[in-house]
Amino acid sequence: MGTPLPEGIVAVVKADCPTCRLVVPVLGELRAAGVPLTVFTQDDPAFPEGLDPVDDTGLDLSVALDLDTVPTLVRVEDGAEVDRLVGWSRPHWEKFTGVADLGGGLPEQRPGCGALNCDPEVIERLAARSTGLRSRRLELARLEDEHEAFYERGWTDGLPVVPPTPARVLRMLEGTTRAPDEVVAVVGPDFAECTVEKAAVNAVLAGCRPEYLPVVLAAVEAACTDEFNMHGLLCTTWFSGPVVIVNGPITNQIGMNSGVNAMGQGNRANATIGRALQLIVRNIGGGRPGEIDRSTLGGPGKYTFCFAEDEAGSPWEPLSVERGFPPGASTVTLFAGDGPRGMCDQKSREPESLARSIAWQLDSVWHPKLALLTDAVLVVSPEHARVFREAGWSKARLRERLLELTTKPLSEISAGAGGCAEGMTIQAGGVKDALGGSVGGGAGDDVLIPKFFPDGLLIVHAGGKAGLFSAVIGGWARGAVGSIPVTREVKP
Amino acid sequence: MSTTTAPTSTDRGGEVRIYLDPTNERTTITRSLAPRPASLDGKVIGLLDIIKPRGDVFLDRLEALLNEQGLRTLRFRKPTFTKVAPVDLRHEISTKCDVIVEALAD
Repeated sequence: MGTPLPEGIVAVVKADCPTCRLVVPVLGELRAAGVPLTVFTQDDPAFPEGLDPVDDTGLDLSVALDLDTVPTLVRVEDGAEVDRLVGWSRPHWEKFTGVADLGGGLPEQRPGCGALNCDPEVIERLAARSTGLRSRRLELARLEDEHEAFYERGWTDGLPVVPPTPARVLRMLEGTTRAPDEVVAVVGPDFAECTVEKAAVNAVLAGCRPEYLPVVLAAVEAACTDEFNMHGLLCTTWFSGPVVIVNGPITNQIGMNSGVNAMGQGNRANATIGRALQLIVRNIGGGRPGEIDRSTLGGPGKYTFCFAEDEAGSPWEPLSVERGFPPGASTVTLFAGDGPRGMCDQKSREPESLARSIAWQLDSVWHPKLALLTDAVLVVSPEHARVFREAGWSKARLRERLLELTTKPLSEISAGAGGCAEGMTIQAGGVKDALGGSVGGGAGDDVLIPKFFPDGLLIVHAGGKAGLFSAVIGGWARGAVGSIPVTREVKP
Repeated sequence: MSTTTAPTSTDRGGEVRIYLDPTNERTTITRSLAPRPASLDGKVIGLLDIIKPRGDVFLDRLEALLNEQGLRTLRFRKPTFTKVAPVDLRHEISTKCDVIVEALAD
């Protein structure tokens, strides 16, 4: 405590407490009897009248004494507490103060009230004031609508946000061991530093629970790498946004959905982790639609697009393991993607037949006649995965077959072919160069053009147990020109 | 922290509510455009291709028209249209050119 306790007897009261009001005459009697008494008030600075109350509305003294009840009497000797009494009890007060016949006409005893420093709301405020949080503070008056105030300041994605009170941000920060002032990433287009604290503020806005914060931080780190190129992804006229795929034990620990409706609404972790990333891009990075974000049509995934892989039910190794992380590691993988496009095949029971259905759907990414421009994520549902499992197809084998099936002769997909002006215009030699000589020759002068680069197909397993449907998430511009998928480990 | 706010009596009465700013807290700087030259005579004109499709077609034609008028041009290319031009490229353009024309979209 900053100031020493006054010698003698300290009484702490609040005007809101009936027992405190009851004992006001007794305090007067003590003062008249020459007891060295100092009265502190927790709420009304003028209460109790005539007793020269000391203002403790800041609750410094109450916190230092760790009060739980008012009225409380504390005996102080040599600057230290030596005894304490709570509530009103005539015999106890008489014994404590050494003054007889106190409180004539008062009841024999009354319990006290809860001290103000124990009020749940006040506890949060008290915690918040000593945090060292650096974010600028916004004060709103009682009659201001907080949600309207946040909209006016441009803090939201168009949906309401959770008000970022200091107490909520403190609770959010409990979700990580990282220091609030640690810089997580530099976020474009403003290239502003995002600290753990600022990420936490936005995670509060998004509706995250504290245990989601490490996933949010890993996603921000991954998004803001030069490889992932969040800045370019934000600026594009294309539909894409950051798609967050989460692997590992963290998904169960925080209750993420990898099953029924995995890419849809209704799961708090899925919904708010993806949203927090987008709010950070907006609020820290300064990326706003109509300004730097120039997407022609956008897509609902730009609110949030985050889901977990169903590893337990998968016939294959998890995406994280495929991307070089040990089994059991929790990771986020960022993919610059559009919304999911559904793929129906209810008849195939053989992997070759099913692969052909998937390949047709993959052909449609961007345009059936455009190739080598983009990557894609294939989300295989449990019922489709069963076909591959029962036939013993590994993920690598499925990917290899899909790459073959989506490879087309240039004559079929060139600009103008099939009565359509759109299509590939690159020369065969150029394609060979771009692929490092991996393009095989076709019949005659024709060449075969793969739709995807060998590392351009990510395959994950998710979804409900019923439904012979899988999904393709088409990508944005691929590789060094656009975005390269990035995986980061989730750290506590 | 000097910015922390101790609770006051008004806090508890609910008259003032405090929230933390989720933004980068920067103040936007508005920069004015560089002065436009009255004439292109004697100026070096930079032509920047951001490598969007057909940007080169546009700049080839523009360059031919400018050269026909006896104007001097220099060509530049960004490594990719999806990222900010590298600082070295921006510096080179600013030191070598008086004006710049950028071919933006496909």
